[in-house]
Amino acid sequence: MPNLLKFPPKLYLGEGIGVATNSKGHIFVYTRSGETRLFEFDSKGQFLREIGEGLYGFLFAHAVRVDAQDNIWAVDEGSNMVIKFNPEGRVAMLLGRRPESLDGLLATPAANAPTPPAQPYEFSRPTDVTWDPAGDIFVSDGYGNSRVVKYDKNGRFIASVGTKGSDPGQLNLPHSIASDAEGNIYVADRSNRRIEVFDKDLKFKAIYDKVGMPWAVCVSQGPHQYLYSSNSNLDFNIAEINRVTGEIYKMELDGAILGKFGKSGKQLGEFSTVHEIDCRNPNELYVSEITSWRVQKLLLNPKPNTISSK
Amino acid sequence: MRLSAFCFLGAAALAPLLHAQEPVKGIDYSAIDPLKLPEHLYLGEVAGVATDSKGNIFVYTRTGTTAATLGGSRTFTRGGSRLFEFASSGKFLREIGQGLYGFVFAQGVRIDSQDNIWVVDAGSNSVIKFNPEGRVLMLLGRKQEAVNVPSEGGEIAFPRIAGPKGSGVEGDNFNHPVDVAWDAAGNIFVADGEVNSRVAKFDKNGEFLSSWGQTGAAPGQFNTPRSIAVDGHGDVYVADLNNHRIQVFDNDGKFKMQYTGMGAPATLCISPGPHQYLYSSDSNPSGTLDNGEIYQMELDGSIVGKFGRAGTQPKEFGMVNAIDCRNPTELFVGELANWRVQKVALHAKR
Repeated sequence: MPNLLKFPPKLYLGEGIGVATNSKGHIFVYTRSGETRLFEFDSKGQFLREIGEGLYGFLFAHAVRVDAQDNIWAVDEGSNMVIKFNPEGRVAMLLGRRPESLDGLLATPAANAPTPPAQPYEFSRPTDVTWDPAGDIFVSDGYGNSRVVKYDKNGRFIASVGTKGSDPGQLNLPHSIASDAEGNIYVADRSNRRIEVFDKDLKFKAIYDKVGMPWAVCVSQGPHQYLYSSNSNLDFNIAEINRVTGEIYKMELDGAILGKFGKSGKQLGEFSTVHEIDCRNPNELYVSEITSWRVQKLLLNPKPNTISSK
Repeated sequence: MRLSAFCFLGAAALAPLLHAQEPVKGIDYSAIDPLKLPEHLYLGEVAGVATDSKGNIFVYTRTGTTAATLGGSRTFTRGGSRLFEFASSGKFLREIGQGLYGFVFAQGVRIDSQDNIWVVDAGSNSVIKFNPEGRVLMLLGRKQEAVNVPSEGGEIAFPRIAGPKGSGVEGDNFNHPVDVAWDAAGNIFVADGEVNSRVAKFDKNGEFLSSWGQTGAAPGQFNTPRSIAVDGHGDVYVADLNNHRIQVFDNDGKFKMQYTGMGAPATLCISPGPHQYLYSSDSNPSGTLDNGEIYQMELDGSIVGKFGRAGTQPKEFGMVNAIDCRNPTELFVGELANWRVQKVALHAKR
């Protein structure tokens, strides 16, 4: 069924950067539109409202997630902020700080320039957020720093892990992050083409490297949890690469691959650089795409390798 | 020997030496978020908060995004800050100065004794006086016309007007002004600021009278004059942030004394009334949760007590950039890092 999300006239989705659902099935979409904006739809796709119009922290969307209490968390890689909204849509807590515009424009550092040391309360193009059962907060940070940072539920720094590199425990573009019921943290280590697993104290546990280049990871809820990961086609629109990428993997938490589905493409059921996966219901996924300005709802049949999209 | 050393240091250095030994008392306090925002309105970084004689609350906030419009080799900037008025109940009343030419990078708002509303904008290098109805009455400084686009590999900032950084250039124009205060005669004192490192004095009609200071650590010099307040005698208190001191000047800018022991003062307020207090915030720097306490002091620099710490939760403070102390036991505190105003009630010891 096309057009899952019903937009009011004059409202358009831009790049589908983030998608997440809450406990009522409402769908939150964080998009790079004319401005970066956050929309809420009901479970049928009816537009409900916009959250954070003109917000100081909305510069360049990267991810939206909804926690166990239905708080809405937006991760913005332009403002370097993680913004927690309460379910009513008001700002409840802020992590990181947007650089002051008063500083003007600075020249882009050379490609081989050393990265300045990461600071406890500052991000450098952060990418995603997740929580353990205690409510501790984990931020993947990101394009600039190569680490995962842990805060307590009140936003106080606890620890961080990761430096740029390809050894176990190192990271090269941690792009997406998810946690399981035990607080294990799954990090999409995108440029290293692997998922790294850490425990809730950020101790390195495992590497899963048979799923291509992970752009988006998600861990489903319930007694039997699954790990989803998207080997998204690169956003350069190169046909040769598109032909061999784009599929989404379903895994056990131990990394065993149960199956995969989908391929690169512009049509329904095909994927155009998937950027975020919501898997609250393991057989009913939402995916947002960069190079198609849309969100798709995917119904997985228990039999592997079958999929329908609406 | 000791005596002569004291004489040599002078009265200015005496106060901190005398007070340094006493532990600072903690002040009991509670805090609430006093503002009720309409559904589609959000605060950004709260650079300024101030109350008028009716108790109405004015908030000057960095919100939205400064728009840069590409010209030929120049970029034109606008927007990025807004000024809101709330009733003392917290009910939203109105926005003032929508789309104003000078609203770029909020730095402060203060209300004078006639309820005029003064906005300090570091992005437009302007100090804007609104009458109580919210119309522009007077303008100090001028917004730079445009930002020059850098040559390849270069670096640009908003242009530095009026001379090299830290030189304390005299005259009417500002370079990242941060705060404004007045004496009883209506003379205007501007802390100018993060680049120019001086205090500028204007008469009540906006005519430039004098200025003092430049970057340095000697008495009368500043390392980022960050906030300014004037007491009932017309003495001028300057938060000298990176020198970790408050300097006190007479009305003509003659150095009188300096206070230390309250960390790095990011913002000041002097309460009205017969017994005036000086409030100073040791705000946490960007990217940390260090410090964060607010100090209550006598005008002579002795510390009455302190309260608070840096954090993201209610009763904690995130980069306090403004204190309103019209009522000395009921402060309004504006935070950059937490995008909010807190109303702080100070409780007397039982």
